[in-house]
Amino acid sequence: MSFKEVIRFALRGLSANKLRSALTMLGILIGVAAVILLVAVGNGSAKAISSRIEALGTNTITVMSTNRGGSASTALTTDMAAAITDPTMAPDVKSVSPVVSSSATITYEGTDHSVNSFVGTTPSWFTASNTPIGTGSGFTADDEAQGRRVVVLGQTVVEELFPGVDPINKQVTVGGALFTVVGVLKEKSSTGFQDANDTAIAPLSAVRQVLTGYGALNSILVEAKDPGKVDAVEAEVSTILDQRLTLTAQSSTRSSSNTPYRIQNASQLLATQTATADTFTTLLGAVAAISLLVGGIGITNIMLVTVTERTREIGIRKALGAPRRVILNQFLIEATLLSVIGGVLGVAAALIGSSFEIVGVKPVIVPSSIGLALGVSIAIGLFFGGLPASRAARLRPIDALRYE
Amino acid sequence: MTRPVLEVRDLKKIYGEGEATVHALRGVSLTVERGDYVAIMGSSGSGKSTLMNILGALDVPTHGSYHLDGVDVSKLADRQLALARNRLIGFIFQAFNLIPRTSAVANVELPLAYAGVKPKERRRRALAALEVVGLADRARHEPNQLSGGQQQRVAVARALVTEPALLLADEPTGNLDSHSTHEVLNVFDQLSGAGRTIVIITHEPEVGARAKRLIRLVDGQIVEDSRQSPLHLPPVGAFAGRHAG
Repeated sequence: MSFKEVIRFALRGLSANKLRSALTMLGILIGVAAVILLVAVGNGSAKAISSRIEALGTNTITVMSTNRGGSASTALTTDMAAAITDPTMAPDVKSVSPVVSSSATITYEGTDHSVNSFVGTTPSWFTASNTPIGTGSGFTADDEAQGRRVVVLGQTVVEELFPGVDPINKQVTVGGALFTVVGVLKEKSSTGFQDANDTAIAPLSAVRQVLTGYGALNSILVEAKDPGKVDAVEAEVSTILDQRLTLTAQSSTRSSSNTPYRIQNASQLLATQTATADTFTTLLGAVAAISLLVGGIGITNIMLVTVTERTREIGIRKALGAPRRVILNQFLIEATLLSVIGGVLGVAAALIGSSFEIVGVKPVIVPSSIGLALGVSIAIGLFFGGLPASRAARLRPIDALRYE
Repeated sequence: MTRPVLEVRDLKKIYGEGEATVHALRGVSLTVERGDYVAIMGSSGSGKSTLMNILGALDVPTHGSYHLDGVDVSKLADRQLALARNRLIGFIFQAFNLIPRTSAVANVELPLAYAGVKPKERRRRALAALEVVGLADRARHEPNQLSGGQQQRVAVARALVTEPALLLADEPTGNLDSHSTHEVLNVFDQLSGAGRTIVIITHEPEVGARAKRLIRLVDGQIVEDSRQSPLHLPPVGAFAGRHAG
């Protein structure tokens, strides 16, 4: 008896009980689709998080003072910022942007808007922090040197102060001084609860003069020459700063907990976030695996019922001269067809489902999850279909025939 | 001299152990020649179903030898037993035992499929077998669309489609009304007339009366073995049956 014949027998067996076959397939379909889709959602959200962090700039480090409003001896100064640019001590540094920031109220024609971060810095900050200008222009190094009162506004500020008006070359009042708007930042996606677009950027000298005074810097943004050099830059910067601070503060303790500054590395942040997202994916995968397992138990159940219910039929077939092998093959192929068709439909459903946004996340299919889900469902179908089938095929025909 | 189709020697079958031991067969010896039409009669518990199962190679005896068409069935392995059931025996059951939700012609084709006959040839022979039992026009019907008598005739067609050495029927009329019984028995008479070897197990005297040879079984032993009509002539019961019907 040829293999084609056995397959035809199996197909006839499946079509003889369409509802049961369809329900079994549905169980596998849901299990497989759930695994693929949930892993894809986890993967998609991980991708979204990392792309947002990459938007912050991954080739920069931020040096921050740990002594908030501390003595001048431990504070970050523009001299330090200048020292970091030393090409011999810090060969991998591309640019250094000293940053001061404070909250401020911006007024335009009687409308007030208070921004969380009114930032004073140098022009290199725009590229280093990955904050491109949308319209107009940024300020120049000359603006900074001259202390010209020009400002670049974030989208939120523009919406609040200039509804329907082009803000370029308009004058706003900040801290009692007039600033000329020269540009507007491109809209930026927010990473946290803070609105990244609620900001204003002005030359460091102007901001110090008008708002913050000539005290310590809030932070120094250091840009590496390429993302792979970030760690080298971090080491160089800390060497320079340690020298400087030891000189000024005469601090003999060198332990990291005592350094008066903190270096934040965007790539570290990225790594942490990615690890978090991976954990999330694993969690979703575990939930999905449980649903696949439940689907598998469904297959097992139906296969057991199918074979038990057809024990008599197996007896008839054996009485008519069917060898054990043929009967076993027929049931194995029935089980395989059910799980393969169900699994493939599940993959199709997952692929269709992944083209939609699910709870705000664009799912990104992980190819290995397809293989895993399909493999597991087929293995379950084969094993739990084969087990009762082999038991039934081994029955003596007389016992199988007597089975009620 | 031709080889007997069926030859059993001192067949014993014991079920259970110790206190619960049941001797279903207590040494049955029997020879059936080609072309014979044998009815084995006995009341419930006489061991006739056990004998039938052993003759049909569905069960193995505890003791004794069984030659089917010259082959020692009691020494066959599982695989060869399947082959023997397929080639040498045609089964007819009391409960018809057609495969549900499968058309009559597909049911008849089934043993041929297991014998490895090509689909075209299979279809031709299955239709021919249905023609013999007078159901060629019902080939496409599924078992639940057929009457009991028709289902049993499909089962007969299925039994004879492989041209087996022996047609074995276990209470073939047990589940049928008198009209259907008549239909099925006429088919048997016709097959016997065509030279087929038939063994029928029954408890109905009407069925036994039609056979060429009648064997009575009581408590696992043969108590009567009588020839009712000559081996090489059509069964007398056939005429009696026809007149009576």
